[in-house]
Amino acid sequence: MATIKLSANKLDELKAVCKSFNNEKGELINVLHKAQGIFGYLPAEVQEVIAKELNISVAHVYGVVTFYSFFTMLPKGEHPVSICLGTACYVRGAEKVIDEFKRLLHVNVGETTPDGKFSLACLRCVGACGLAPVVLVGDKVYGRVSPEGVKDIVAEYAK
Amino acid sequence: METIKLTIDNKVIEVAKGTTILKAAKGAGIHIPSLCYLHLHDLNIENKPAGCRICVVEVQGRRNLAPACVTDCAEGMVVNTHNIRVLNSRKTVLELILSDHPTDCLICAKNGNCELQTMAQEFGIRKLHYEGEQSTYREDTSPAIIRDVDKCIMCRRCEMMCNDVQTVGVLSAVNRGFMSVVAPAFERNLDHSECTYCGQCVAVCPTGALTEVDHTNAVIRALADPSKTVVVQTAPAVRVALGEEFGLEAGTIVTGKLAAALRRLGFNFVFDTDFAADLTIMEEGTELLDRLTRHLNGDKDVPLPILTSCCPGWVNFFEHQFPEMMDIPSTARSPQQMFGAIAKTYFAEKIGIKREDMVVVSIMPCLAKKFECQRDEFSTNGNPDVDFSISTRELAHLIKQSNINFNELPEEDFDHPMGESTGAAVIFGTTGGVIEAAVRTAYEVQTGKKLQKVDFEELRGMEYIRQATIDFDGLPINIGIAHGLGNARKLLQDIKDGKSKFHAIEIMACPGGCIGGGGQPLHHGDSSIIKARQKAIYLEDAGKTIRKSHENPYIAKLYEEFLGKPMSEKAHHLLHTHYFDKSNDTVIE
Repeated sequence: MATIKLSANKLDELKAVCKSFNNEKGELINVLHKAQGIFGYLPAEVQEVIAKELNISVAHVYGVVTFYSFFTMLPKGEHPVSICLGTACYVRGAEKVIDEFKRLLHVNVGETTPDGKFSLACLRCVGACGLAPVVLVGDKVYGRVSPEGVKDIVAEYAK
Repeated sequence: METIKLTIDNKVIEVAKGTTILKAAKGAGIHIPSLCYLHLHDLNIENKPAGCRICVVEVQGRRNLAPACVTDCAEGMVVNTHNIRVLNSRKTVLELILSDHPTDCLICAKNGNCELQTMAQEFGIRKLHYEGEQSTYREDTSPAIIRDVDKCIMCRRCEMMCNDVQTVGVLSAVNRGFMSVVAPAFERNLDHSECTYCGQCVAVCPTGALTEVDHTNAVIRALADPSKTVVVQTAPAVRVALGEEFGLEAGTIVTGKLAAALRRLGFNFVFDTDFAADLTIMEEGTELLDRLTRHLNGDKDVPLPILTSCCPGWVNFFEHQFPEMMDIPSTARSPQQMFGAIAKTYFAEKIGIKREDMVVVSIMPCLAKKFECQRDEFSTNGNPDVDFSISTRELAHLIKQSNINFNELPEEDFDHPMGESTGAAVIFGTTGGVIEAAVRTAYEVQTGKKLQKVDFEELRGMEYIRQATIDFDGLPINIGIAHGLGNARKLLQDIKDGKSKFHAIEIMACPGGCIGGGGQPLHHGDSSIIKARQKAIYLEDAGKTIRKSHENPYIAKLYEEFLGKPMSEKAHHLLHTHYFDKSNDTVIE
């Protein structure tokens, strides 16, 4: 079986999160949400600890993690890039924007660059349809992004 | 009780409030088909995720068709279970399921025994109108169970068994939509999970998604090898279930025909695991009395209760889930392994052959036995005590392949010496049986008195957790029984919390005990079959001349000629074992 390797303070922090939800089974999604906030992603070890704390099976935790696209088992990059694929963004060429990111960063959607700088993800409507197509880098929103504009966005963070 | 009147297919019926349409219809003799729904009435197990949508019916006044398995009856409801709208819908759903299912029925392990196949046949599906992508996933072969999730229809029965009944928690639906599969955590293979190989998932799988690892060809090869002496042992629960594979009524006892069939298959010695079950009682019973006496004499280092250890699914369970309690179960090996150890030493010596030239095959109602016989500790220089373990179902295939007309076979006896057994051994096949057998022997050994009556009705039944106090001539012995691993967990938790009052506890992984094992003929949701097998077990016991293990003359001879006495050094070496901590380790860096 897997050997769990987590740093002691991170483990304590994770256990505290579970405790803040009274170790309730029904709070699994909230716990996962917070855990992803701490670790940036949800590695197997984290899921094992949560399962133990909430007294549910790891298989169940993994089932929930793989069901929701928000949860990820891969570490995100320093600058997570998210491209909106909502209807408005889509019809205004979001797919071409994705292709340009893929070409420039040499990664697929859901992956992280080997240097850990960028990760690429898609998301659904961020409520800024007037700015379509929309790209998020971290918390910063870029509107009316064209494929040609992608290299400038990348350059801004590549330093 | 509040009742409701409704009409199903023009039939007015009255049912208790809260009854589903599916159950109400069943009570009125109307069978509504379903794939995911499963109700093992006598075992109180129900699966109704309303996932397959095959059981839809038309309810007058309701816009959509209703899934009968989860829709409660209402006063004045008018239900139609087979009008054209219902039939069309059902057929469409079935075709959609089939559109993402391999059509290799001819070479599928479940061919002829598959609920999806049967339904496609009954619905007269001759053409698939929906062509498209099929989901594919890697096959996972463990020592006992094969997962081929391409054949999974997401009925979630296995998940319910693994999580709710057994509380093993290995299986869960993972991923989403078209990509979703039922899998262990992190999509590991079963042999890297906490799977106990109890096989209850296999026992309820409607398709070929979960099947056993088939060793029949290995057995055929061994039988064809002239340099090998092939010895077979057959477990108690097999003889009350095998008949079902040949069209006999559930609960038919086929012990004599079974022995005859094994002889015709070409086994050199047709023996009985029951012999080893008697041996188990000698060892486990002695261990029980030894621990009991020392505990009552105030030795704090001797833990009670003692737990039975015959069930390999249960052994796997506590090794994974309760490693801190590994000193509580008896160290006695299971009858299958005791048999193998004695066959390849005592008996091999007797007939003058080397252990390498002997092949021991076991016929088991169980899939965990396949894993058990492959454990390293049960082999000598790489030669296993039991070479192959095949299920009741595999044996039926073997008999059919070999052109043996099972039902016409004469009744024959097992061979001597390892074919002789008592009634106490037969009842190992049902929940409550091992502990009753142990009590029959322990009582007489402890008190020095003869039992007036060997039937301990208070230990019998199908209730999940049972308890009884047996009077050992003034010494009250508290006995606990649990079957189904979820129920075992409850008793274990009590022990852990220091709340257990029991001196001895019997645990069987499968609901019903071995009669409900993962290797038995498929019950397809009819739990009365398991009850019928239980009845047959007690009938077989009652018909035996000798009904107490310590009175088995061949067991006495085995001790006299070879083992010395129970728990002797030799007995320890050959008949006892130790357990391994298989839990997760949390390593903090």
